Amino acid sequence: MTKINLLSLEYDSSIRPPTFLEEFLQAWRYRDLILYLVRRDITTRYKRSVLGVAWTMLNPLGMMIILSIVFSHIFHVNVRGYPAYVLSGLVVWNFFAQVSTAIINSLVWGGDLFRRIYVPRSAFAFSSIGTGVVNLSLSLVPLLLVMATLGIWPKTTLIFVPVAMLFLSLFTMGVGLLISTVGMYFVDVVEMYAIVLMGWMYLTPVIYPMSALPSNIQFWLLFNPMVHIVNVFRMLVFDGIHPSLGTWLAAGLSSLGTFLVGWLIFTAKVDEFAYRT
Amino acid sequence: MPIMPNEPVIILQNVTVRYRVPRENYHTFKEFAIRRIQGRVQYLDLLALQDINLEIHKGEVFGLIGPNGAGKTTLLRLIAKVMRPTEGRVWVKGRIAPLLAIGAGFHMELTGRENIFLNGTLLGLTRREIEALFNQIVDFAELWDFIDAPLRTYSSGMVARLGFAVATARMPDVLIVDEVLSVGDIAFQEKSAARIREFREAGATILLVSHSMAAVKKMCSRAAWLDGGVLRAVGGVSEVIEKFEKYMGISN
Repeated sequence: MTKINLLSLEYDSSIRPPTFLEEFLQAWRYRDLILYLVRRDITTRYKRSVLGVAWTMLNPLGMMIILSIVFSHIFHVNVRGYPAYVLSGLVVWNFFAQVSTAIINSLVWGGDLFRRIYVPRSAFAFSSIGTGVVNLSLSLVPLLLVMATLGIWPKTTLIFVPVAMLFLSLFTMGVGLLISTVGMYFVDVVEMYAIVLMGWMYLTPVIYPMSALPSNIQFWLLFNPMVHIVNVFRMLVFDGIHPSLGTWLAAGLSSLGTFLVGWLIFTAKVDEFAYRT
Repeated sequence: MPIMPNEPVIILQNVTVRYRVPRENYHTFKEFAIRRIQGRVQYLDLLALQDINLEIHKGEVFGLIGPNGAGKTTLLRLIAKVMRPTEGRVWVKGRIAPLLAIGAGFHMELTGRENIFLNGTLLGLTRREIEALFNQIVDFAELWDFIDAPLRTYSSGMVARLGFAVATARMPDVLIVDEVLSVGDIAFQEKSAARIREFREAGATILLVSHSMAAVKKMCSRAAWLDGGVLRAVGGVSEVIEKFEKYMGISN
């Protein structure tokens, strides 16, 4: 009986560890690639623009200005420090929307590379997450500046932000892998996802406060994991308060659960990608 | 190290690759779901490879011939681990350098240096390994003067040279060559041919896929003829080519 050893140079298609484990070990083995992919994405995105990486920060700032004007002057939303409130939700939402879309694009449409050489596909998903984390961290700078301008000073709760980012990453990865796997069979799902994302944003208190909704709707929104993730992040950064244990658990468990389901389904079907894309 | 006679490096046992495609084209989920519920989805089995048994030995130059659509590329993908067989077993010993992946993942906005690291890690090298091979790669590609310039400023020959230099930076055990290599100008073609010869003399196995019978005859000792996913003949190169040409002569 041959021992399974991923580092050995012997490849036998009939012997392999369970795919959910194998894919993880391979992604770990290609960790340097993940790093270079993140570097590629960040350096090439703005390479020829004058302002460069500053766009990562200017982009949400621009949206914040527009939304602030629209909502506080036209719809008269009354929240203290509304521009900072919007921005703190927006950076989280942008991470989720952009990164999950990037994962789907590279897994469903990025076929040419995968047809030519073996690379663990999940490496591309991990690198999208990595790029997102760098961008989100950078956009914390304008967020804190806007807060300071409005007289809202960050509290020590800020040190828990990495935990919130971890939950956000797990959830995003889970959704990205799930949609990619289904999208491999039915490309329509990928198109549909863009529309779902738009609706989903309005079902998450990104640009409005939860309290603006009738209480029966508020109850149903608790089944949306993004509500808890946005809440945790916003409490830590914007409100400067510790989320309750219940909020932490809701955010943590739903994101971990989504990640595990996404990972298991994706890795169970990972060989199919070579046959279909 | 002495080469054992007929020591296998690649073994294919009863290998079948079956693409299962719906008989009719269902492009939308709705269409498919309706048919599925009605129980009217019929599948068509496309056999890209059918019950292939093949053994390739250490140190040989092995040719793969056959018309377009014969299953040559699918066979190479199996050996390169890009794809797993539907049935059967693929066994490969050693490190593979698929030269079909030359320049995989090159990004035109990145510099030559950055691309070496990106391309190298895509091919499964670690950062440390690339650092150790870096000078040798740039030497071989003859690109010291341009290594920090973005790839979009390179000529296509320069890009190909860089790709070849990275893909062959470390000696592989199995080298997969799709069509006869024509990388860069004549001087560089000579250089790359010399490097492949060097690998061969050091005991690497070379798998050559080509439509040029002359090239296969000149370079290979053994060959296999694939047609419609079936292995028609395996054996000495002149014998296989003779059978192939005779068959093609009749069918033409």
